[in-house]
Amino acid sequence: MIPLIRRELVERRRWLEDGEFVDLLAIAQSGPGPIAVNTATVTGYKIRGKVGAVAAVLGAAMPSFLVILAFASVLVRYKNAPAIDAVFRGMRPAILGLLVAAVWQVGKNSVKRATDLWYVLAGAVLLFVLRQGPVTAVFTAGLMGVVAGYIERRTAAVKAKGQDSTTEGGSASARTQGQNPAAVNQKSLAGDRDTD
Amino acid sequence: MLLRLFLTFAKIGAFSFGGGYAMIPLISHEVVTANGWITMDEFIDVVALSQATPGPIAINSATYIGYKVAGFWGSLAATAGVVTPSFAIMLILGFLFYKYRDVAFVKDIFRGIRPVVVVLIVSAALSVVPSTLTGVIPGIVAAVSAALILGFKKDPVLVLLAAGALGLILYL
Repeated sequence: MIPLIRRELVERRRWLEDGEFVDLLAIAQSGPGPIAVNTATVTGYKIRGKVGAVAAVLGAAMPSFLVILAFASVLVRYKNAPAIDAVFRGMRPAILGLLVAAVWQVGKNSVKRATDLWYVLAGAVLLFVLRQGPVTAVFTAGLMGVVAGYIERRTAAVKAKGQDSTTEGGSASARTQGQNPAAVNQKSLAGDRDTD
Repeated sequence: MLLRLFLTFAKIGAFSFGGGYAMIPLISHEVVTANGWITMDEFIDVVALSQATPGPIAINSATYIGYKVAGFWGSLAATAGVVTPSFAIMLILGFLFYKYRDVAFVKDIFRGIRPVVVVLIVSAALSVVPSTLTGVIPGIVAAVSAALILGFKKDPVLVLLAAGALGLILYL
């Protein structure tokens, strides 16, 4: 979907520059919900303000809405027709295959460092042992990430304090790197490309 | 009921990160387990339909389930619900991003959420096992589908359509 959006907004309409688009995409992918809607909101806002955002979101959601509405109105009535039933019976096991493939593809991009396994473990305990819902798991994981980030930066700051000016410079450059939006963009782009 | 649909899908929209497959466990938890609007079998069909048609899976399933529960207005309420939080949060995030250009905090949140999304998809896969692994042939179809996507880099939509065609041959 992303190459399609880029071609339309950057190349054909020239509403955005390439760099701007990458920045906006990073924001879109950090938000919750469908990435197409998020991208529409931020790019629409950037191009024409609030009205632009509303127009872009309506435009992004409308085709799916109409297509599924048409399907739904037929399917709800004819769900038990033999041909439709046969098609869905054939597709059901493929969904399991798709999900298994998604576990591998998303996992490869999302679990990279050894510390990531702690989040996996926490998520598994919450979902499978404590039988909590997905919302609780997502919320807890986000909180854990914030706490871990805070502790990491604090330890780095304490370390830098105890050393001379050369390391001071090093930690400062590390900090700017952490704040560099482009670096985050590239990462989240690579990570999320095949999930939507 | 319309308000309930709107709020339920707003919750799904607000707490699902990463888009696509990452949203499946949240949707199934809300519409199958918590509200009982559709059965697990039917939910899998909705996922199949969403994947085979263009557009985000969240909007597709909101439209379908809303229609099933309360007709046209139901589908409108559910779709509006799933879009609203993303829209609002995006406006705020976009504003903050341009004002501060500091994404360290957001990065920290994601450092935790990303690995957990993998667990969520595992739980989605596990939850569809009873409805999908119903015999030897479905088992083969599932394994071949995964292999085609991972090993042969085939488009999931094509895999899904091929499975549907196979179903037409086998079960009609």
